[in-house]
Amino acid sequence: MRYYQALLLLYPASFRAEYGAEMRALFARRQRDVALPGKACLWIAAFFETLWNAVAVHWDILRQDLRYTARTLGRSPGFALTAILVIALGVGANTAAFSVTDFVLIRPLPFPQPDRLVMLWENVPRYPTMELSPPNYRDWKRLTQSFESMGFFSPQSVSLIGQGEPERIDGAEVSADLLPTLGVQPLIGRLFTAAEDQPGASGTAILSYRMWQSEFGGDPGIVGRQLNLNGSPFAVIGVMPRQFSYPDSDTRLWFPARSDALDQDRNNNFLDVVGRLKPGVSLEQAMSELNLIAGQLERQYPKENLHTAATVTRLRDELSQKSRTLLWALSGAAFCVLLIACTNLANLLLARGLARQRELAVRTAIGAGRERLVRQMFTESLLLAFAGGGLGVLVAMAALPLMARLVPAALPMSGAPTIDLRVLLFAALVTLIAGVAFGVGPAWRMGRGADFSGLREGSRAGSGRKERLRSALVIAEIMASVVLLVSAGMLIGALWRVQATDPGFRADGVLTMRTALSPKYSALTTRDRFYSTVLGDVRRLPGVKSAAYISFLPMTMGGGIWPVSIGGQNLQRAGADVASLRFITSGYFQTLRIALLQGRELAEQDTDSTPYVAVVSQSFVRKYWPDGDALGRHFQFGFHDRAIVGVVADVRVRGLERESEPQVYLPYRQVSGLNFLFYVPKDLAIRTAGTPEALAPAVQRIIRAADAEQPISNVRTMAQIVEDQTASRTVQARLLVGFAALAFLLAAVGIHGLLSFAVSQRSREIGVRVALGAMPRDILRMVLRQAVLVAAAGVIPGALLAYQAGLAMQSRLVGVKPDDPTTFLTAAALCVAMTIFGSLLPAWRALRVDPITALRAE
Amino acid sequence: MDKPEDLLPLPPATFHILMAVADEDRHGYAIIQDVAARTGGELKLSAGTLYRSIQRMLEQGLLVETQERPAPELDDERRRYYRITRFGVATARAEVARLNQLVKLARACGFAPGRA
Repeated sequence: MRYYQALLLLYPASFRAEYGAEMRALFARRQRDVALPGKACLWIAAFFETLWNAVAVHWDILRQDLRYTARTLGRSPGFALTAILVIALGVGANTAAFSVTDFVLIRPLPFPQPDRLVMLWENVPRYPTMELSPPNYRDWKRLTQSFESMGFFSPQSVSLIGQGEPERIDGAEVSADLLPTLGVQPLIGRLFTAAEDQPGASGTAILSYRMWQSEFGGDPGIVGRQLNLNGSPFAVIGVMPRQFSYPDSDTRLWFPARSDALDQDRNNNFLDVVGRLKPGVSLEQAMSELNLIAGQLERQYPKENLHTAATVTRLRDELSQKSRTLLWALSGAAFCVLLIACTNLANLLLARGLARQRELAVRTAIGAGRERLVRQMFTESLLLAFAGGGLGVLVAMAALPLMARLVPAALPMSGAPTIDLRVLLFAALVTLIAGVAFGVGPAWRMGRGADFSGLREGSRAGSGRKERLRSALVIAEIMASVVLLVSAGMLIGALWRVQATDPGFRADGVLTMRTALSPKYSALTTRDRFYSTVLGDVRRLPGVKSAAYISFLPMTMGGGIWPVSIGGQNLQRAGADVASLRFITSGYFQTLRIALLQGRELAEQDTDSTPYVAVVSQSFVRKYWPDGDALGRHFQFGFHDRAIVGVVADVRVRGLERESEPQVYLPYRQVSGLNFLFYVPKDLAIRTAGTPEALAPAVQRIIRAADAEQPISNVRTMAQIVEDQTASRTVQARLLVGFAALAFLLAAVGIHGLLSFAVSQRSREIGVRVALGAMPRDILRMVLRQAVLVAAAGVIPGALLAYQAGLAMQSRLVGVKPDDPTTFLTAAALCVAMTIFGSLLPAWRALRVDPITALRAE
Repeated sequence: MDKPEDLLPLPPATFHILMAVADEDRHGYAIIQDVAARTGGELKLSAGTLYRSIQRMLEQGLLVETQERPAPELDDERRRYYRITRFGVATARAEVARLNQLVKLARACGFAPGRA
């Protein structure tokens, strides 16, 4: 019998209370009627019968509740619409934020056993994660026991010729063991063999899916095709699957390194090394083993490997801390919005519940149990939640393109975040939690409060306790909006500060493009001819003020640094004596308007047959000749002794937010032999009188006329390059401001709701006060006092939380202090304004309370 | 209030329960027995199906619980007795009319029992 009793628990309590006793009696009678063997059958039958009928009864009730809810909500469409919109915004913000965060930070990398994949770095003073030099890579690989396999890559773009317009393709030079280390298989064809990675082997290449589609239309016979890359033949041996893109989402092509393995220079660091840990070996174990090896190598090569230790990082953690902070901040903001949405709804439902007390009392009086009422309330809030959640997913879809701009390009996978099943499940979960969160308070109160007192004429619809709960909810809203306002304010401050940074040059009016020269230009004379033709023709174009070539324009490449030595003093690379090295043609400083402070610019006359010279930046002079004149001084740099002929202002080479090394500019003709092919001037900058973009076609025609096989890439203005520096900040600030505005609005609605309700509840009291001679001023003070108390109770803890949030975001704040007084005062002022604004209407209503009417109702 | 036609077609259990209480008020167990007897043991309503149906029929207004009790010696305190309402009768009649119509149509197509 106990068995049946337990089964009955599956039914709703109301049904059980109504029919449980009779059902038990029936079952008992049946049990008496059958013999022992039949009893088992009876139990099994009872089990399934109960299961089926219980579900059916629940369904009946749900249908009834839904019908009832639809009817009641239909009677107050304003309320229903507000509630659904509020949830949609909360759920939408969170779903969009989650889809990006999940894509970038949470879901595992698309490689087998990704937690065993790590990156290896040389750890030298000031550069804890520096690429490996080929000899060190070979020694580490030979000596270590911690890794199952290891391979390297080095990003490299190549010119694709003979396939339509010549084109610059982002690719990566890889060792034959890189792709197997990652554990990936080609979609068609095969991976590189060790023989193909040997010096002198004929060229082979593997295409990305994207490149296969875009350049070759998905040709199934692609394997075996010959490509002309940088003027040499490469045979396509395979195509990678669609989602594979490594090291970043722009990589479209892989080819074996072939000759890098021969490099003997331990200070030429350019290999990015990926290792797969042996099963059971931890990252820490691998790192301490590599450090022993590095120590051993340092003793063996005391000069080159001075202070060289090892760093091991997880492949997953490659993403910069910046992207991480940014995304978590965003998720936090989205969560705040959801919290505010939920509290607002709880408040709305509470107010509605109080107003509906009489209706509920009537339902209780005609026999509805408390369980049924609570259930009804829950159905209502869940229905609202899911209607809002559905709409929220649409909101997220609309917001996704903006949010997707926060996905860093450094992510080793292709594609963009989408609203997939995972995200939908998340949205459903958020919706469910939200529905329960804002439904549970009101439902519980309803369940307790359901009695006949609501039927009594003139009963007060709210008790002090309920009002306290409502106040607490509004205080929470104000807190959250203060946090969001302050965070948004600090991020805007940081954005302004970064935007106001002087880059050291004038970006407006400058058109830039890259002509990455192929190996046929390795001789200076051929290069010289190309520059003379292109620059000569470009300078003759109408509207062009000046034009010049440089190795890398500022902010397009952070590295490219070289050790400095003075007076033949042997300086190690581990020291701080490095400077950024750029080769330029004449007219560069004029084109970018970099101020010449002393001496002269580099000129056409500086050739390999004249004395080697250099122009250096101000910080270079400050560093080496802090008190003296630098002009005419000599230093050793880039394989030559060079004399300083000019001093220019400093430029933010590494970008607006990073410290840059001092800069050294060398005349492009003063190189010896095949050194510095990497630094060959390839970036063209043109200062124009009109709009720079308008000149692009003419310039491209000039370059094509000079060399029809020369790919042109990265056509953009200098202003765009500078703007890209703050692109992610701008998006983040915009989103956070959006969230803060949303929160602010919702909190204002919350305050307004709270005060309106309080005033309507106290209209009789106000009436009595007025009758007893209270002045309008007193009534106003009474209403505003409540508003100010609530606001203060929210602003003060909110400010403390905001300070904590600021501390967490400090890395993104570029010197804006997390206790920035302007931001806090502005946020507090906004909240006070919001409070006053929210209380205007209720206060006006309170003033209009007519004592006669209020008292007559008594 | 619903019209009788809105409830058609009636679920089999509902129709049988209406038949069981057509001539006299019955309690749950009696309904089960009556249905079983009427169908020759073919249909044995389970407790869950019975009370779920009854709950719904009460809501739909097909049945009411009666306050009148039979002679005390036949009564059991725990039992509730159900009586068919006028609306219940009308609904049952509407269902019969619907079935009649259906049978008529089926016969016209040659679906008559006992014929090849």
